[in-house]
Amino acid sequence: MRRTVPALLRKELLVELRTLESVPGMSLFSLSTFVVFHFALNRSSTEGDLAAGILWVTLLFAAIIGVNRLFVVDEDQGGFDGFLLAPVDRSALFVAKTLTLLAYLVVLELVAVPAFALLLLGPSLGHALPGLLGVLALGDLGVAVIGTLVAALAVRTRARDLLGPLLALPLFVPIVIGGARATSPLLSSGHSGGPAARWLLTLGLYDLLFGLIAFALFDFLLED
Amino acid sequence: MLEVEGLTRHYGEREALSGVSVSLREGRTLVVFGPNGAGKTTLLRILAGLLRPHGGSVRVLGASLPQEAFAVRGRIGLLGHDPLLYRDLTARENLHFHARLHGTPETRVQEVLEAVAMSRRCNEPLRTLSRGMVQRVAAARAVLHEPRLLLLDEPHANLDPAAIELLAPLIGAESGLTRVICSHDPAGGLAQADVVLGLREGRMVLLGAADGLDVVAISELYR
Amino acid sequence: MYGKGLRALSIATVATMTVGLVLVFFYAPLEAEQGFLQKIFYVHVPLAIVALCGFVIGGLLAIQHLRTRDPRWDMRSYVAIHMSLIFAVGTLITGSIWAKGSWGHWWVWNEPTLVSFLIVFLLYATYQPLRFAIEDPERQARYASVFAITAGAFVPMNFIAVRLSTAYVHPRVLGSTSNLPAPMALTFLVCLAGVALLYATLCKYELTVKHTRAQVRALRRRLEGTRPELAQSRPRSAAPALHPAATMSARTAGRPG
Repeated sequence: MRRTVPALLRKELLVELRTLESVPGMSLFSLSTFVVFHFALNRSSTEGDLAAGILWVTLLFAAIIGVNRLFVVDEDQGGFDGFLLAPVDRSALFVAKTLTLLAYLVVLELVAVPAFALLLLGPSLGHALPGLLGVLALGDLGVAVIGTLVAALAVRTRARDLLGPLLALPLFVPIVIGGARATSPLLSSGHSGGPAARWLLTLGLYDLLFGLIAFALFDFLLED
Repeated sequence: MLEVEGLTRHYGEREALSGVSVSLREGRTLVVFGPNGAGKTTLLRILAGLLRPHGGSVRVLGASLPQEAFAVRGRIGLLGHDPLLYRDLTARENLHFHARLHGTPETRVQEVLEAVAMSRRCNEPLRTLSRGMVQRVAAARAVLHEPRLLLLDEPHANLDPAAIELLAPLIGAESGLTRVICSHDPAGGLAQADVVLGLREGRMVLLGAADGLDVVAISELYR
Repeated sequence: MYGKGLRALSIATVATMTVGLVLVFFYAPLEAEQGFLQKIFYVHVPLAIVALCGFVIGGLLAIQHLRTRDPRWDMRSYVAIHMSLIFAVGTLITGSIWAKGSWGHWWVWNEPTLVSFLIVFLLYATYQPLRFAIEDPERQARYASVFAITAGAFVPMNFIAVRLSTAYVHPRVLGSTSNLPAPMALTFLVCLAGVALLYATLCKYELTVKHTRAQVRALRRRLEGTRPELAQSRPRSAAPALHPAATMSARTAGRPG
């Protein structure tokens, strides 16, 4: 496992760097979505609940784009068999793919969060930034875990681009609840202090529960 | 080396393989003939540990599949229709990736690249190479980890005679490895075989030592 | 032989539900605030509880399927989830009627149960499309089981999250059995038992039908062996179908339904 995950990660990042299929798309999508929100809501500046909502919805939908593409290269180019024939722990693929998706989400947020602060956010981010990063980190982990599981489920079915989002969105709801409720006070003017503990706990519990379940179930999806 | 007894695998209500039994000693070659849909690829994938048998018993390299499949992974090489390589990576990158997965030393990568005469173009993405070249790299991948059993699904499909000759020491009779080959070529396949297995619609219709058979008997399968 | 206990179970269900209905209309007192409409509580809440338990049971049955690879567990899991989905729709409809009657809107976001049910419904509504999108029956069953286990774990997690997020404007409905006066509590329990029995009966019925169909198919296959012109190919389906070999081995082993 210790040897396999880095080898897999290296391959993932090499392929992504060569093809640039996921990350640029996700980032551009988030920027376009902010523009759409501006016109759809007819607001130039938001705060609190509205701001948190826009941010999380945009991040989730951009994440789904990444989820849809996560296993496509492996499925189309026979990468599964090559991996399955190797004397390695199959869960390493789950770990590697989750870390990959997590990396994509981090890069996405490096683009999307400043863009959001620039385009649509009223209050300044300054003091709220550490808290926001903490919430995003926990939320990203949940999205990565569920996204990887759903991507593996959907990629070998007939309607893979449709089933991915349909399966993922309801499963993401607790992340939205925890993430948006935690973020909302951080994006309000005149707020001080960190995110509320109960939402961090919700996110943490979710990450732990589904991390374990996905890790245990992933092998069953890899067999032919 | 290989002992299959009453192997069965179904796909829903259809029997993809039904009651297949065959055994193979070390260093020998088994050639499997049969029309499309006969179950040849299914048999190969079960031997590779990629599919579970639904009935009967399978022992490969002394281990019982699927329970002890982990013990044989890494000692089997598979070369099929799919090269199992990433088209956007170079030959060298692909082989390095497989080497790391199998725990093979990196020096071996250069060795096999030279053996398949691909060291000159090993730093170009595979999608820029011809099918024959990709097949050669795929063969390199299949033998990279020095397997004891080779499973070949129509290995000469995209290769010209020069390439076939080039690969002979790696995957041919000269390699001395135990091999199971699926073939559509009665004459060529028979020439390589020690044991012949004929399948039709998942059932065994022919099994015997190659010396006792002639090309006509095999062509009958395809009628 | 499946279907052995079906008649007894059906009779018990009808009996319990009849008693339940009688209690609802003639025994349970009218609730002070909401009046007659409140009686829908005796249908809505049992439907909700049974549906939720059904989803979780579907997940547990799926675990058994992955452990044993026996397709009969997948069949049971499918039926449990399928039936729970129907009961979930019933929950949403009765909940909506109750909301309209009590608070004037067909939908309220303040009632955590209703909201959680909507999310759970949206999730499980993808179960059959997922199955239908996979042609290989063995893989279909396996993937469905992975989904069932994930979704089964999701159900409680979702309830916790939604509960945390809603403001409690209205009194909690679920878990308030302890606050109910004795006649209401009795009526509620009888109705709960009735709905649970209904669920069990319907599931057993569906399982029996499926098993019988599988046996007919097995006989048909044997007949086709002698008369190939009768051969029929099965269309793609989201529902699992038992392979004849599985049912045959069950019969020869003499297992009772």
